[in-house]
Amino acid sequence: MKAQPIIPIAIFILLVALFGIGLTKDPRLIPSPLIGEPLPEFELSLLHHPDDIVEKHDLIGEYMLLNVWASWCVACAEEHSLIIDLAKQKIIKIVGINYKDKSSDALRWLEEKGDPYDSTLVDFDGELGMDLGVYGVPETFLIDPKGQVLYKHVGPLTLEVIENNLLTLTRPEQ
Amino acid sequence: MIVELGHFSTVLALICSAMLSIIPLIGAQTNNAHLMDIAKSAARAQFLLVFLGFLALTWAFVTNDFSLTYVASNSNSSLPLGFRISAVWGAHEGSLLLWVLILSIWMAAFTCSNNDMPPKFKARVLAILGIISFGFLIFMLFTSNPFLRNLPSPANGLDLNPLLQDLGLIIHPPLLYAGYVGFSVPFALAIAALLGDGVNPAWARWARPWVLVAWSFLTIGISLGSWWAYYELGWGGWWFWDPVENASFMPWLLGTALVHSLAATEKRNIFKSWTILLAIATFGLSLIGTFLVRSGILTSVHAFATDPTRGVFILAFLTIVIGGALAVFAAKKPQSDPLASDSLAARETFLLTNSIVLSVATGTVLLGTLYPLLIDALGRGKMSVGAPYFNSVFIPLMIPLLMLIGFGQTAHWRRDSFRRLFSIAKYPAACAITLAIGAWAMLEGTGAIQAASALLMAFWVIVTTLKNLYLQFSNATKISPVRRALLGQSVAHIGFAVTVIGVTLVSIYSVEKHVRMSPGESIEFSNYQATFDSIKKITGPNYSGVEATFNVTQDEKVIAVLFPQKRNYNAGSQTMTEAGISAGITKDIYIALGEKIDTEDWGVRLNIKPFVRWIWFGAFLMAAGGMIAASDLRFKRLNKNRRPSAQT
Amino acid sequence: MSPRKKKMLTLALAVAGLAIATALILTAFEKNLMYFYSPSEIAMGDAPENRPFRIGGMVVKGSVIREKDTLGVWFNLTDYTNERMVYYKGILPDLFREGQGIVAKGGLNETGLFVATEVLAKHDENYMPPEVADALKKSQKYQNSK
Repeated sequence: MKAQPIIPIAIFILLVALFGIGLTKDPRLIPSPLIGEPLPEFELSLLHHPDDIVEKHDLIGEYMLLNVWASWCVACAEEHSLIIDLAKQKIIKIVGINYKDKSSDALRWLEEKGDPYDSTLVDFDGELGMDLGVYGVPETFLIDPKGQVLYKHVGPLTLEVIENNLLTLTRPEQ
Repeated sequence: MIVELGHFSTVLALICSAMLSIIPLIGAQTNNAHLMDIAKSAARAQFLLVFLGFLALTWAFVTNDFSLTYVASNSNSSLPLGFRISAVWGAHEGSLLLWVLILSIWMAAFTCSNNDMPPKFKARVLAILGIISFGFLIFMLFTSNPFLRNLPSPANGLDLNPLLQDLGLIIHPPLLYAGYVGFSVPFALAIAALLGDGVNPAWARWARPWVLVAWSFLTIGISLGSWWAYYELGWGGWWFWDPVENASFMPWLLGTALVHSLAATEKRNIFKSWTILLAIATFGLSLIGTFLVRSGILTSVHAFATDPTRGVFILAFLTIVIGGALAVFAAKKPQSDPLASDSLAARETFLLTNSIVLSVATGTVLLGTLYPLLIDALGRGKMSVGAPYFNSVFIPLMIPLLMLIGFGQTAHWRRDSFRRLFSIAKYPAACAITLAIGAWAMLEGTGAIQAASALLMAFWVIVTTLKNLYLQFSNATKISPVRRALLGQSVAHIGFAVTVIGVTLVSIYSVEKHVRMSPGESIEFSNYQATFDSIKKITGPNYSGVEATFNVTQDEKVIAVLFPQKRNYNAGSQTMTEAGISAGITKDIYIALGEKIDTEDWGVRLNIKPFVRWIWFGAFLMAAGGMIAASDLRFKRLNKNRRPSAQT
Repeated sequence: MSPRKKKMLTLALAVAGLAIATALILTAFEKNLMYFYSPSEIAMGDAPENRPFRIGGMVVKGSVIREKDTLGVWFNLTDYTNERMVYYKGILPDLFREGQGIVAKGGLNETGLFVATEVLAKHDENYMPPEVADALKKSQKYQNSK
């Protein structure tokens, strides 16, 4: 049977092109409509002091990272060491949002892995998550001193994201 | 420390594979025997080094070394030892190490094959396998390294995904990879043939056992995956036409075509460029499968955690390997085939049709799998291609295939007549029709006609295969006994028919009922009475949950007691359904718990799955047939008088 | 058989195979493609009326209502712009819960209720199915452009 070599090559090129386009449609690159918008209002209790309620205006005033995490989330453990390193450098305030989690599990998790957060808010029923348009955990938001969302990262943080996408945004105005 | 040694040994393996990719090729080009000899030792060294790396990672899992990020994310100290070991390949990084290990095993096995391949050819084959290992080792070490530490180490791990805590999943990936990866050997053989002396019957004889063994592993791997999905996903489905399943099914379909086309190349020195193309495309589809599963461009219940940079890497690798192979193919395409057959009824025609049908089937599966991606790439919205598409395209293609098996097995090479074929087929056909009518009389319901016609085709294959075996055995003599290749072929064809019977009956006659029940209640379903007897709390090593007791009775007699469970895994707070299954030859009774609805009531799923085991038993027969055929002594024979270029 | 004849035969077989396959594929595609719509798209009247499609979104907290004595369940799906009520009778997947992104297969009835024949939740807690994420994204964009 005669097989024209051009046909398989053409099919293969088409497939590769299709896969290439498919890769650019990264499901994780989801632009948040919140970027440039003020952080939504909230009232949440603190993980370590469940009786204390924190509101939006208690937090804003400097650059900060809002890191949405949960103890049941595998990818959160992946990024956790990076967040701990970042916290040690003390260059930016880091606030944790414990998302749809049991507080006892969350406390144990922080005890085991280390607690890099300046404070951790409990979003047990995902209310703030809903307002922030959280698709899954982990997600990280960069908030400016006026309380505006500057950047959102979906999925575990990496060194490059922290360096190139988060910290650089805080520098021009500093 | 052991982990660092393993890491180091894997890096050494990378260096080994780099040497293996280059030096023997130079040796083959310059006729330098010393350089070619390096191939053998480099391949074996690479195998040992990767094996040490794999052992080191296993050691980290066994000793609960949670300072490794990979161990911490996929294991837990409360996980039983068996699952800690299988967790080595429970996620992306470790399964990639397993991929490389299996590739190295295939390579080492190839260095041990002692037949009459010229050293140049052997060196080229190993070098091509070396290139493939190099790509995957780089990929693993730079984007998905399982040996990375994360200090300070967490006190405990996050646990293996509960779906994967299962016997089926311990053995499914190694066997599936053995098949997937095994097709790299025919691929390397094909490219080495193009680079060297070309394709001839001797080449086909070398290639056949490798293709058969890889194909058998893939068959077993796929059917284990199906079996696993059946009892573990909790709703009794055994095939979903899910992208990940399709990713392994497409190489299987093309691999099947390759097995058949290779037979024609060996016996008649024909279909040469087609065989080479199939060898390239089969391995290409294995790589595409790896790409689809690990890049996250398609969604699936089985998909690994996704990372686009990994996707870019595999895509680049795929382009280089398959693009390069196709370029070599275009430049060195074998000459047009000589006169193939003297009559239309000859076996060549049947094998040709087999190739066409299987390739078209592969194409339809590929199209259905990639169509959502295409639509998305064109910005035309999100859509999915459901199982009905695959069923309505695939089933009509299988009917001619079954029909052809019956004739093709008995047809002579080169010259035969339809009259002879029909006269041999007369009694088997009558027999199959009688059996099918008998079955039709026993079947009921609207699907009876479809079921009976599918059964007719399956019976036809079984009866003609048996008749052919009978003829062969009665003609066999001491000097020319029945060859194992023929025996294996017959077993595999019967296995295919058995699978068809299973698929037909379970698809048409499954009964499913969703009900709301509380303990003490009974319900009629099909011809049975199921009683929800009681429910109790249970605690496992790393989960807690409930277990229900169901008594299934027929005519007042208890025929099965089932214990479906609902488990809640401690570490990830994931809920899992463990179905209660009473397995039988003619039917499975399958009960799964849904969720608790209020204080007393539970959602309960009741299924009757007639002949579902036949699907996997048939697949087992197919794989066994492949292995029997591969063991045919002809393939091992040291053959001094048959030079590679000689015509037979 | 002469090489020429053989070539013709090969060609004829290949053409016949391709023709049959194309016919099968076209009819099968016609019937079995399932498009995906978000609650907002349905609200704008984009969804087909008499063929099944898929809907995706987050299960609205507190919206899950059980039918008494049967397996029936109602819940609302949201893309944060619009909600659509879904009815399903059967066993829900293990991962179905409030706040989880899910996909349902089915169609709209006369009253605009989405009657599902199948409810799917992905076996991955970290991320929702891309279709759902995409629908949510589109809906939010739409909101912003207003």
